[in-house]
This record gives sequence, C-alpha cells and structure tokens, in this order.
Amino acid sequence: MAKQTVEQKLAILSDAAKYDASCASSGSTKRDSRDGKGLGSNEGSGICHAYAPDGRCISLLKILMTNFCIYDCSYCINRASSNVTRARFSVDEVVKLTIEFYRRNYIEGLFLSSGVIRSPDATMSDMVQIARKLRHEENFRGYIHLKTIPDAAPELIAEAGLLADRLSINVELPTDAAVQQYAPEKKPEQIRKAMADFRLRKEVSKDKSHTGKRPPRFAPAGQSTQMIIGADGSNDAAILGQSTRLYSSYKLKRVYYSAFSPISDSSSKLPLIRPPLQREHRLYQADWLLRFYDFQLDEITSVTADGNLDLEVDPKLAWALVHREVFPLDVNRATREMLLRVPGFGVKTVNRILSTRCHRALRYEDLIRMGASMKKARSFITAGGWSPGGLTDSLDLRARFAPPPEQLTLF
Amino acid sequence: MHRAVMPPIGTAQAWRDAARQFLAAGIPPEAILWGDTTTAPDLFGEVRPVRPAGHVTVPRSFISMASTVVWHSDPERFARLYAFLWRLKDAPHLMTDRGDADLSRLRSMEKNVHRCQHKMKAFVRFREIGVEDAPRRSFAAWFEPTYHTVEPTADFFVRRFSDMDWRIFTPDVSAVFENGSLSFREGQEKPALPEDASEQLWITYFQNIFNPARLMVKAMQSEMPKKYWKNMPEAAFIPQMIAEAPARARAMAEAAPSLPPARMAQVQAQLAAHQSAWEGPKDALAKDIAACTRCPLHCNATQAVPGEGPMDADLMVVGEQPGDQEDLSGRPFVGPAGQLFDKIAGQAGLERHKTFVTNAVKHFKFTPRGKRRLHQSPNGSEIQHCRWWLDAEIAQVRPKLLLGMGATAAEGLTGRRAGILSRRGTVEQTASGTPILLTLHPSYLLRLPDPKAKADATAQFRDDLAMAVKLLD
Repeated sequence: MAKQTVEQKLAILSDAAKYDASCASSGSTKRDSRDGKGLGSNEGSGICHAYAPDGRCISLLKILMTNFCIYDCSYCINRASSNVTRARFSVDEVVKLTIEFYRRNYIEGLFLSSGVIRSPDATMSDMVQIARKLRHEENFRGYIHLKTIPDAAPELIAEAGLLADRLSINVELPTDAAVQQYAPEKKPEQIRKAMADFRLRKEVSKDKSHTGKRPPRFAPAGQSTQMIIGADGSNDAAILGQSTRLYSSYKLKRVYYSAFSPISDSSSKLPLIRPPLQREHRLYQADWLLRFYDFQLDEITSVTADGNLDLEVDPKLAWALVHREVFPLDVNRATREMLLRVPGFGVKTVNRILSTRCHRALRYEDLIRMGASMKKARSFITAGGWSPGGLTDSLDLRARFAPPPEQLTLF
Repeated sequence: MHRAVMPPIGTAQAWRDAARQFLAAGIPPEAILWGDTTTAPDLFGEVRPVRPAGHVTVPRSFISMASTVVWHSDPERFARLYAFLWRLKDAPHLMTDRGDADLSRLRSMEKNVHRCQHKMKAFVRFREIGVEDAPRRSFAAWFEPTYHTVEPTADFFVRRFSDMDWRIFTPDVSAVFENGSLSFREGQEKPALPEDASEQLWITYFQNIFNPARLMVKAMQSEMPKKYWKNMPEAAFIPQMIAEAPARARAMAEAAPSLPPARMAQVQAQLAAHQSAWEGPKDALAKDIAACTRCPLHCNATQAVPGEGPMDADLMVVGEQPGDQEDLSGRPFVGPAGQLFDKIAGQAGLERHKTFVTNAVKHFKFTPRGKRRLHQSPNGSEIQHCRWWLDAEIAQVRPKLLLGMGATAAEGLTGRRAGILSRRGTVEQTASGTPILLTLHPSYLLRLPDPKAKADATAQFRDDLAMAVKLLD
C-alpha cells in the first residue's frame, strides 16, 4: 500500500471522529499570549469557527490519533472487525496540523481521541505526548480536550489533566447491560471509577498546601461524557436518570447525547433507520431543565406513560400542559421558581422581569421587549393589559403548539 | 444648534468625550445634531463650542453599553444614546428596566454589535503572506463585517496572535499588527492574497467531520449566515455536501450494524444466588466483591467498597454502606462519619490500626438531588444480597468480636433491624456464635440537630466503643 499523505489521513481520521458530539471550547481558565511568547488565548466562552451542514459547531480540530482499535464495540465504526480504511497520525503531524489551523483562525484548539492500539497505556502515552509537545514546545495556549482511555495508568491521566483543559470518557450507552452487550471489552464500573478518580483529583488540586500555595490546576474545564441514544431499548427516563446520577456523582460539566446514526461498513444488516434527532433535541432540553430550572427528574418523565419525552412539544411545555392548575401566573407577583416554569420564559427573561418589577408593574408589551417567547407564554400568564381568559384551560391548547398531523403523501 | 461629528477611528472615545461635555453643559438632545463623516453636513447646523461645567456621573452599565452601541451602523445611534443618557440623568434606575422601549432598542443594537464581533472572531480566515525564514511569520485576511466592528474586536486578535504579524483588511477600517503594535487604517478594496496550502487541509477536514446522516441546514445557516460565506474557503463546498448527503446517508444506513437484544444480566444474578456461601481463594475476595452484580445497586455506584484492615484482627467493625467519598475512593470509613468514628475510637482507647472495618452493604445507594448525592438506606433485599460478602469477610478474618453500628449493620449481622436505640450497648450472637456488640452509627450523631441530644448520643457511642475494648481484653 502506498504511503498515505497527511490529507488522506486527515480525511480518514476526521471522518472517524465525527460521531463524538462534543466540540465545546468553553469554561476553561482565561489566558492569552499578549506577551508575544506563545500562541493562543482562551476567553472563557467558546467560539464556533464554522458550522457544518449537520448544524453542528466546529470549534476544535476533532480527530482520532488512529482508528486502529483492538476493541470490538458493535456501534463503532472503528471496531476491530470493521473493514474501514485505517490510518495513523504521527505525534508531529497532529501538532503541526493544530498549530497551522490555529494560526489561520480556523479553530479554538484540539480535541484528540483515539482507537486503542497495542495497549491502553501505549495509546494514552502517545496522546499525552502530543499535548505535552503543544504546550511545552509550541507554547500553545489554546484549548485542548483529550479523550482518556479508561484503563490507562493513573500517572498518565494525572499528566493529561495538567496539560489539557478538559478530559472526557464516554459512558457510551445508558445502561450497564447495554454496554456489556454492545461493547464487551468496556467495563462500565471501570468507566465510573475513572470518572470518580477525576473528581477526586480535581478536588485535591483545589486544596491549598500548608504554605498556601495552590497546586497546578487539573483540567480546568472539567470532564464530560457522551451517551448514544436509540441504539438500545432504554427509555428517556432511564437515560435522564443516568445523567442526573453522573452529574451528581462526578460533577460532570456536560453529558452529551448522540443520536445513534448508521455507520458505514457494519457487521450485519439493520433496517434503514434515521438518527432520532428530535429525541436527542428533547433530551438536551430536559437536561437543561434539570440543571438550570430546578425541575426534578420525575416531574419531566412522568408526563407520558412510557417514560419517554413528548416529541411534539418541548418538555417544559409538556409539563405545563398537564399542570394547568398552577397557571395562569401573575408575572407581577409570581416567585422566581414559578416564573422559571412558564413555557417561553428563559433564565434571562426571568431575571429581567424580577429586576424591573422592583420599580414598576409589568405589561404585556414589556415581556415582548424582554425577550420572552409570548406565543408560548401568553396562555400561561397574566400581566398588565393581558389575561389569557379561557385559553389556559382550553381543550385545544396542546394542538396550538404541536405540529399539524402529517398528511400522507401519494406514492 | 450643536453639531458633533464622530470620526471612524476612535469613535467610542470621541462619543464619550462629546456626550460628557454636552451633558455637563446641560444641553438637551434636541439641540444636538450627531453624525459621522459619511453624513452630509447639515446646512442649518451651526457649531457652537461647549463650555464644560463640572462632573457628571452615569451608571457604569451605561458606559459599557454605549461603548458597544457606537459601533453599530444605524445613523441614529449617537443621538439615541444621548437621548437615553439625558433621561438617565434623572432616573438612573432606568438602566435595569428592560421593558423600557428606548433601552430595549439600545440593548438590541448592542446585541447586534456583539454578535457581529463574535462572528468576526469566528469567521476571519488568515492566509500566510510572509516570506520563509522571516523572524516573524505574517498573515493577512479579508473580512466584511456588518457593523464597524474591526476596532473593538482587534484586541481579541492581539491577545491570541501576538507572536506573529497579521492584518485584517475590510472595506470599513483595517487593523494592522506589526512587531507587537496595533494600528488602524482606512478601509480598502479586497487585496489579492496568495494561495495557502493549509486551506486545502481545512476544507478536507470540513468535508469529513460532517455527518451526512444528520442534515440540518437551517441550524447551520442561523449560526453561519450566507453573507459570510464568500470569504470562508470551506463554504464553497456546502451546496455539494448538502446535495450528496441523502445518498451518502442511505449508503451508510444500508451497511449499518445489527445490535443484539439485551438479556443475560438477570440470569447471571439468579445463578449467583443459588450458591450458599462464597468460596474462593483467600486473595480473590476483594476482586469478587468488586465484580458483584447480585443486586441492582452496582449499576449506579462507582465501585464496590470491600472491608479493610488486618486479616487477623480481633475486632471487626461493621458500618452501614459506603458514602459519597468512600464510593469515589473505593476505601471504607474515609468520609465524615468515618472520620468521626476514628476520633471517638481514639478517645475510647480503641486501636484503630488493629481493627478490620467494613460495611453491611458494599455499594453506595443514593438519589441525585441537584449537584449532590443524597444517601439512601439500603432495603432488606439489598442487605440480604450483601450478607453474602459480609459473611465471607467474617469467615476470613474470624474476629473475636463484631461491632455493629446502626440498624443496617444490625440487620446484616442478626437479620433484625428494629429497636437499635434499645439494643445498643448489648451483646448478641451470630449464627456461628461470634458475639456482636450493637451501637449507634456515627452518621446518626452527625445528623442530630439538638446539641444536648448530640452530646448524649456521642457519650453513649464512646461508652460502647470502650465496652468493645473491655470485652476484647
């Protein structure tokens, strides 16, 4: 076989990396290179340098170091038994690509993942070497996200955490049983243990020593994980239950949900399926309600009988539609907690309502100017000059929001 | 009538200086004509010098808003800002009234400028222009911003690209960074920039990171509007990528894997329950505990926490279950309750390092509440399943005395959890005849809100530990 060019390798290894949903570059320490001695900055909030036609943000150079893999996870394009073309970047090739892309303002940094070659330790140590070279030889101050290998040696993980902004390990599937079925070489308890170690390391790195000196920061942008949605039979209650446990147990920054999409070259045939994108979207909405709107898991998942989210309307609206007894709320009196439950009101809108309410009573037009989505909110609130009348309890309220029933098309 | 003409470079400072003077001199908005160098000179506007008088104070949030809004392209922007500033003079709280129509308008202009700045940070594409072997590499870009955002955004590029020279040309204002210093020039026509080999690699990356199975063109366009496309090398390939996506996705789907159905886990658990006692080589116990799936608790906990201590200990202390810290570290008695136990054990003369400590249940049971995990007591069946491991540990260590702390330990050791408060301080026996001293669980002491009750319970606990020491003598 002829030697592959960097461009050919890049095509193979970025194609192999696209199933990872995360491309975030936010939440790390602020730093810059104003001193002229390095390259790059981090502003706290991330920047999406481009968007692909799949609607996903491209913020980082997201590649695999290699797509050779000794594992055989059935949902993965890079599994050992797949016939996909294989490639492997050298350490220097990844470093050069990252730096040259960064200098042209294409990216915020690097998201490096890898298939497992030779052994978990050997793979992890190559990845750490790339990060080390970027930080210490190229003085790179942009963002680095490393996907860690669960059973790699602790000292490698420790070094990775000092070099990278974020580390992540994928839990892959919502239940242990599913992981054992589809990813036989991966051990859910080992993945959890790795996330627990991460949290302990991070907590230790926050303690000052007796001299008052702070130890170097460990992965300042925290850890994240990803779950594949729709490959196994788990319902949304099981998926969200898993993520609330992960958030509370290991202080994860984010749980990413990735709609299972068909991959080329599979072991056997599966009926043609479209990735459940709408379901993925609803899961993210529910995830947000759990983290920022003080909703409890059972409130969100008890709306439907089968424990799945309503695909037609968003989870907050779905909750409001079955709890109409608490509405309409008076925006001039309701508490913050209750205002957050109004469909169409976001955290920003609620803050604006509260700060303006100190000075004067709010009218309907004020809410429009404050950025509320009144199409949704108006059925659930009263304000100066507005009362929903019978709208709140009307039978066709749901139908006003749900998409119209699809007409059958002629074949 | 006064006239204020704002220059294209240094606009923010110029507006602030002018507005400060007008305000100090008490000149109302209707007496000022604001414009930039592109607006035609007003025939009736007569320029009168303003005599500054004293200080004026404005809310800081207004200054930050104004220094963004001045970069908008609306010709009315300077006048709108001053008119609002005039109102603000007597009612500073207006800054927090987001329902106010004037403020709302200014805030939305501010938002537009911020968005334009953000897009500039994201979509400027440099090409290398420097010669090889030059001491500093140099790059250049052509960009067409919607508003006058080059000047307020240039510092971002300084923070990021200080070790190289760069210039961003636009039709409006151009920014030049050379040898560490930044300057602004007038705008210009699009220059011819040399081809850059890295651009082809970038396009390759863009085409391959895209997943054709999840086409969402609208989502892409709302974040990357078409007006920016002409200056982004990768964007030329978007129409082709969209057109080919359905066929590629179909090809991928036709070759998708089949996933076997979930089963097995229950069968394994049932099989495990058929044995009567754990029997294995001595050093395999901890490993077998770690792999336990006898009850569903293993699904949510991080790891099983086996007992710890000398294998020939006279005393075995049995707690309830691992807590948050124990679950993370994999070691028993390291959390707050464990630390309290260590402290009181020291006071009671109990030699901690000669003691084997373990828990009645090996996995942490909890319920997530926001960002924390709330402890939940294990139920009868979980305790029953975990007796398997507790019995195996007792059989290995063969202690002279067992110290059961709390109701769960009592249930794990004696099969009965009721009445721990009346049973504490008494000695019972296991089926094989090992004496069990029952006492309270240290986390119970931590939870008691009443200081007096807490002190009493702590004294009782200390007495029980002292009694254990005495029983072993």
